[in-house]
Amino acid sequence: MSASNQVSAVLAQGGAIPAPHIEYGQIAPMLLVFGVAIAGVVVEAFVGRTWRYTVQVPLAFLGLAGAFVWTIVLGWRDKPFHVAAEGALGVDGPTLFLQGTILVLALISLLLIAERGSSGQGGVGGGHFTAQAAALPGTEAEQETMAAGITQTEVFPLLMFAVGGMVMFPASNDLLTMFVALEVLSLPLYLLCGLARRRRLLSQEAAVKYFLLGAFSSAFFLYGTALLYGYAGSVRLSDIAAQLSRDAGSETLLLGGVALLSVGLLFKLGAVPFHMWKPDVYQGAPTPITALMASCTLVAAFGAMLRVFYVAFENMKWDWRPAMWGVAILTMVIGAVIAITQTDIKRMLAYSSIAHAGFLLTGVIATSADGLSGTLFYLAAYGFTTIGAFAVITMVRDAGGEAAHLSRWAGLGKRSPVVAGTFAFFLLAFAGIPLTSGFTGKFAVFKAAIEAGATPLVIIGVLSSAIAAFFYVRVIVVMFFSEPEADGPTVVVGLPTAAAVALGLTATVVLGVLPQPMLDLAGHAASQMFVR
Amino acid sequence: MSPGHYLALSTILFTIGAVGVLVRRNAIVVFMCVELMLNATNLAFVTFARMHGNLDGQIIAFFVMVVAAAEVVVGLAIIMTIFRTRRSSSVDDANLLKY
Repeated sequence: MSASNQVSAVLAQGGAIPAPHIEYGQIAPMLLVFGVAIAGVVVEAFVGRTWRYTVQVPLAFLGLAGAFVWTIVLGWRDKPFHVAAEGALGVDGPTLFLQGTILVLALISLLLIAERGSSGQGGVGGGHFTAQAAALPGTEAEQETMAAGITQTEVFPLLMFAVGGMVMFPASNDLLTMFVALEVLSLPLYLLCGLARRRRLLSQEAAVKYFLLGAFSSAFFLYGTALLYGYAGSVRLSDIAAQLSRDAGSETLLLGGVALLSVGLLFKLGAVPFHMWKPDVYQGAPTPITALMASCTLVAAFGAMLRVFYVAFENMKWDWRPAMWGVAILTMVIGAVIAITQTDIKRMLAYSSIAHAGFLLTGVIATSADGLSGTLFYLAAYGFTTIGAFAVITMVRDAGGEAAHLSRWAGLGKRSPVVAGTFAFFLLAFAGIPLTSGFTGKFAVFKAAIEAGATPLVIIGVLSSAIAAFFYVRVIVVMFFSEPEADGPTVVVGLPTAAAVALGLTATVVLGVLPQPMLDLAGHAASQMFVR
Repeated sequence: MSPGHYLALSTILFTIGAVGVLVRRNAIVVFMCVELMLNATNLAFVTFARMHGNLDGQIIAFFVMVVAAAEVVVGLAIIMTIFRTRRSSSVDDANLLKY
């Protein structure tokens, strides 16, 4: 029904405006996360500085855990799903799976973000975040805030706002909600990127680059939305699909809209040629935030991508598939090849993340229930592994912060075999060695892609996995088969970080050795596809 | 005047904004160009709302304004921070992260 009709109908009733029907039960996880975010802002305003940390951490933890439990309950009841909030949000099987994944991964990231450590020699000392972002690097003001022992607690509400946007992003059933969710998840991340405690110039530069490029890409997303609104007269995904099946409307607007919308979405997942921000931002951002972006943001972005292409544009898959093939091939190959030349460990993992985005795109291209469930499984498996890997990076430290350069990792296997062994295991999971979760995930998406007739894509995918395996193995060789330097980095183990590594390791092993329960869950979630 | 003219204007503004982002060096100007792109989008939304005869596009324009305002707050904060550190807001000077 068009809005002007509604207006005249209301006027005829004499001003009694019908209230919109909101299914609060179905959207409760999102509301809970946003509620806790706002409560966190209030805590920042009214609770004394010494108590903020002790209040903020349990608050954020309970918010995320409560939202996760509620998501499980929603999935458990398993009624036929339908859209919520007047069609703005679609809470269905795949969305609940993705939301649950995002919330669990955010909980593990919270462990890393909450790490405050001891201020011992080379230690984490006050956490990964600058005490006061406004104090200039290298000035007296900065030293004063350091000496006063102030810890940064504004990161917790910012984290909750970002996670709220992330759980809303894959659920958005119209493009306006999706745009708002995109901004709600991005804006706090821009700020969080600039808050590193050490190497602050790098961190601020990462924030500026991420912000300018992110704003640029969301403008493209929005113009794509405008063109699709011009095409279909509505921004609802199901209305766009209906207009497509009627074969009405201007094709120019449609194709332009799809192209510009894809630019916005592909930017968020860091697909080539929209990947240039990813290495810079992953390297410069504080490592816990890098872990959050590499796992939760990727899951959310793929959720939105899947919904848009499976619901709105499924009828025109013959038009977008060739372009998406090109993007997937470039992403896999360029991600894997450029990663070989990297010497910074976070930058290397950023290129590895680009290559993984390419593997995941093959699941999107399959456009089938199998492709959907494979992508869901891969996202969960990759998220746990990548958080674990970044958590290990936060533990290996020099005097000036993390030991970023690869040469500093030489001989770590002899110095601290457990940490190096864990990291080696994560790298093998990235490479997709059998008995790790990475193998099962790759197998699931590649199988779906072959069934959908994308065999050449899968061959390129397997070849670029082989290229990628080279640089993963190179790190393992550096760690285990070279002599440690005399003044090598120390391994600083904080309890929350160790817990995050343990969780990532457990998930990687379990999903590799016993993947069937999780595969069943993903298959069950994907079986009813998306609601419209 | 036909709605097509408004759409043409919106496309031209969007293109000016996109080219500006690509060629300008000052972070503030780059950011202004992004805002120009968002405003071009608003013009397109309102024009399409008129063409389709429903109000969705006009409502969306309000949402876009609010989001753009929030983006200004975050963006200027980030640009101010790096300006105070480096005494420059040129995007070419921030060059520590590369290769």
